[in-house]
Amino acid sequence: METRIERVLLQLIAPVVAIFFAALLAAAILHFTGADAGSVLGEVVAFGTTPASLVAVVNKATTFYLAGIAGAIGFRMLLFNIGIDGQYRLAVFFAAVVGASVSLPPVLHVTLIIVVAMAVGAGWAALAGYIKVTRGVSEVISTIMLNAVATGIIAYLLAPGRLAERAAGSNNIRTTPIPPSGWFPGFEVAGKEVFGFTLVAAALGIGFWILLNRTRFGFELRASGLSLRAAAVSGVNSKRMIFVTMVMSGAMAGLVGIPQLLGSSHQYGLDFPAGFGFTGLAIAILGRNHPLGVAFGALLWAWLERSSQILDLLGVSREIVTIMQATIVLSVVVAYEVVRRVNVRRQQKLVGRSEHVGIENGATA
Amino acid sequence: MPAPAIELRGITKRYPGVVANRDVNLRVESGTAHAVIGENGAGKSTLMNILYGMVVPDEGEILVEGTPIPMSSPADAIAAGIGMVHQHFKLADNLTVLENVILGDEPTGRAGRIDFEAARARIVELGDHYRIPIDPEALVADLSVGNRQRGEIITVLYRGARVLILDEPTSVLVPQEVDELLKNLRRLTGEGLTVIFISHKLDEVLTVADEITVMRNARTVAHTRPAEITSRELAQLMVGSELPTPEPRTVEVRSEVGLRLESVSTRGSGHETSLSDIDLTVRSGEIVGIAGVEGNGQSELIETILGLTSPVAGRVLLGTEDVTEAATSIRRRLGLSYIPQDRHREALLLDATLWENRMLGHQMHPPINRGVWIDRKAARADTEQIVADSDVRTPSIEVLASALSGGNQQKLIVGREMAGEPRVLIAAHPTRGVDVGAQAAIWTRLSAVRRAGVAVLLISADLEELIGISDRILVILRGRFVGEFDPAAIGPEDLGAAMTGADAA
Ligand SMILES: Nc1ncnc2c1ncn2[C@@H]1O[C@H](COP(=O)(O)OP(=O)(O)OP(=O)(O)O)[C@@H](O)[C@H]1O
Ligand SMILES: [Mg+2]
Repeated sequence: METRIERVLLQLIAPVVAIFFAALLAAAILHFTGADAGSVLGEVVAFGTTPASLVAVVNKATTFYLAGIAGAIGFRMLLFNIGIDGQYRLAVFFAAVVGASVSLPPVLHVTLIIVVAMAVGAGWAALAGYIKVTRGVSEVISTIMLNAVATGIIAYLLAPGRLAERAAGSNNIRTTPIPPSGWFPGFEVAGKEVFGFTLVAAALGIGFWILLNRTRFGFELRASGLSLRAAAVSGVNSKRMIFVTMVMSGAMAGLVGIPQLLGSSHQYGLDFPAGFGFTGLAIAILGRNHPLGVAFGALLWAWLERSSQILDLLGVSREIVTIMQATIVLSVVVAYEVVRRVNVRRQQKLVGRSEHVGIENGATA
Repeated sequence: MPAPAIELRGITKRYPGVVANRDVNLRVESGTAHAVIGENGAGKSTLMNILYGMVVPDEGEILVEGTPIPMSSPADAIAAGIGMVHQHFKLADNLTVLENVILGDEPTGRAGRIDFEAARARIVELGDHYRIPIDPEALVADLSVGNRQRGEIITVLYRGARVLILDEPTSVLVPQEVDELLKNLRRLTGEGLTVIFISHKLDEVLTVADEITVMRNARTVAHTRPAEITSRELAQLMVGSELPTPEPRTVEVRSEVGLRLESVSTRGSGHETSLSDIDLTVRSGEIVGIAGVEGNGQSELIETILGLTSPVAGRVLLGTEDVTEAATSIRRRLGLSYIPQDRHREALLLDATLWENRMLGHQMHPPINRGVWIDRKAARADTEQIVADSDVRTPSIEVLASALSGGNQQKLIVGREMAGEPRVLIAAHPTRGVDVGAQAAIWTRLSAVRRAGVAVLLISADLEELIGISDRILVILRGRFVGEFDPAAIGPEDLGAAMTGADAA
């Protein structure tokens, strides 16, 4: 009835339309604030496509991608893991502490740090999963609260004399730096270093896809997300599935800070980037919880953040990018629905045309 | 001659891969009961949804009492005096009948407050007038299916409907309730209201309807009156060919036990009747029928066998294996299959494709399961097979389950649960909502799996079905088995009496 390529193309229309719409809106806002929209957008694109920018975008997108996949895992089962933010900060903090306190050969050292991060993220999310399946507490509420608790724990422990120290010659308070054996080597592109962890993130995305589509567990996860009751009747233990999904989402969230920690900071301090939780959820929605879609969303998001840096120089408020990001998420949701309807109408036309030959096995007996 | 209450002209509706209605014309005279019948997927529900404004047709017009009415939402239909009772009830469980009736159309008194008194009085008045008594204060969750349906009908009347549409109203009722409903429908038409109803049960169509319209392959193919036709002729009009005759029964029950419950009691959840001290044995090659008014413990019984509820006392065995504490997936792996009573809630992923639905409940069996992996190619091939064998009318196995008509969804589920050599099959209302041809086919297949040595537990509200294919019938009442009957020696009347406890057998 339709080819695979057509189906993929139709899927692509929605985000393209959304981006176009958001760009149009941004241009309109620029215009009304008295700026020359054309030249501003031109400068933004020029800056955003320099090699240095592109490398920065890929690095940033790696972080976003992990957050997006963490969100997508939960969404697939209709779980809203609002706690990605707390899970990843706690995870990267403890990973930094443990990483700095041991000395191991390179590969082992990095592995240990990653395992610690995943375990802490998973454990923190498991708390929310546990009280959901035993007490019925919504994960939305519990993860929001756990975010606050995580902030408190880090604030307490990240102090000189506890698990942190004052950086020499600055106001920053940070954990002891991890020795080079615990660094994840990057690779050079155009004289800039791309995080080596980007490749790991990509592999995790592929793994997520295989898990969802090719394994029994993935099928049961998707089934539970579509109908918890029907899945239970089919033999899925719903409570266990909720718990496991939450733990997996948390383990993935635990990795969000790792590209930065292993690739450039090598320590956790007050200046460590935070607040990727909601970004992750937005990117998951943008990418329809599909590993490839999420990759696309992460790159777009990162590109917008990076290219917006030039706006200050041009005397334009940077918030316009935030507006654009919000517009994209909103319009992509609308656009997906529109495309779906167009698709239905198109198929109906196809049926109309094939009516006289009869539908195989269908209405014309 | 007065204008007909409803006239549909040239209605066409296309869905992806199917034409659900093709140039359909329908005339319904005022004050009559008009039956719409036809095979599964013939387009009946679609046509009714169009008349009720839930589905907008691609072509055609709707005339109410001779005036064309643009129908783009149920609100338009309600304004034009048309009401609909859906096949899957729409009342909200956690509200009372009164609250449900006024929901979306609250009568406001002074200062915008809801005038419950006025609404309550009106419900009682409507109930008295049409003799459809209902307690406005009853919680919907506590009502029997028959009473829920009354609540739906009252809701529709309350909104001022002069034309009532009922989509398969009798398929969920037990015989006594069916009689009651049919009497009520007669009373409504006697009062000058117009009733349009869909049914797969031809004898009831012949007793209540004034006129009958037959649909086949998305068109109306005949228009007739009960006096002019027999139920056999009707069936042939619907199917367009001769009906298959059910095979004669050959009993060869084996001695191996397929399913056994020993002194099982359950706690009961909410308004569900709990089981008290139930013993049940279903042997391989045997169909045991469970008769009972809905809500007497059937759901608990099914949940206990599936492992969704664990009993407070007693043991559950599949074959020789004690599975009292085993998870559902383990029971499934041991060969437990289930045709659920509520297909939308328990049997389907409506937003997934047919071949993904084929895997549901069988993700642990070959050919679909290969260790931790699933074999999508095998699942697809298998689905093609089921679609062909069970005569599921669909353009492809890539469509979503929600796109199939109710009866075709049921055929897919039955095909799925019978595939892959089950050892024990729980069939709850297996022919609910399927047309006469498919019904006969499902009965034949149930007999065939029985012959192949499957232990079948049949739970049904259709007494003819129970008597027709069971080897033994047990009657369940308030969570206990109160009688065992030989289907060869009992008629629907006696069975009906035993079910309500009128007969202490
Ligand atoms: N939302 C939908 N999307 C796609 N196809 C649909 C949709 N609804 C119905 N159809 C198709 O339209 C046809 C008619 O369906 P309809 O539900 O009207 O049948 P029906 O006569 O009520 O059958 P049944 O007796 O099984 O309830 C079927 O082939 C069905 O697959
Ligand atoms: Mg129908």
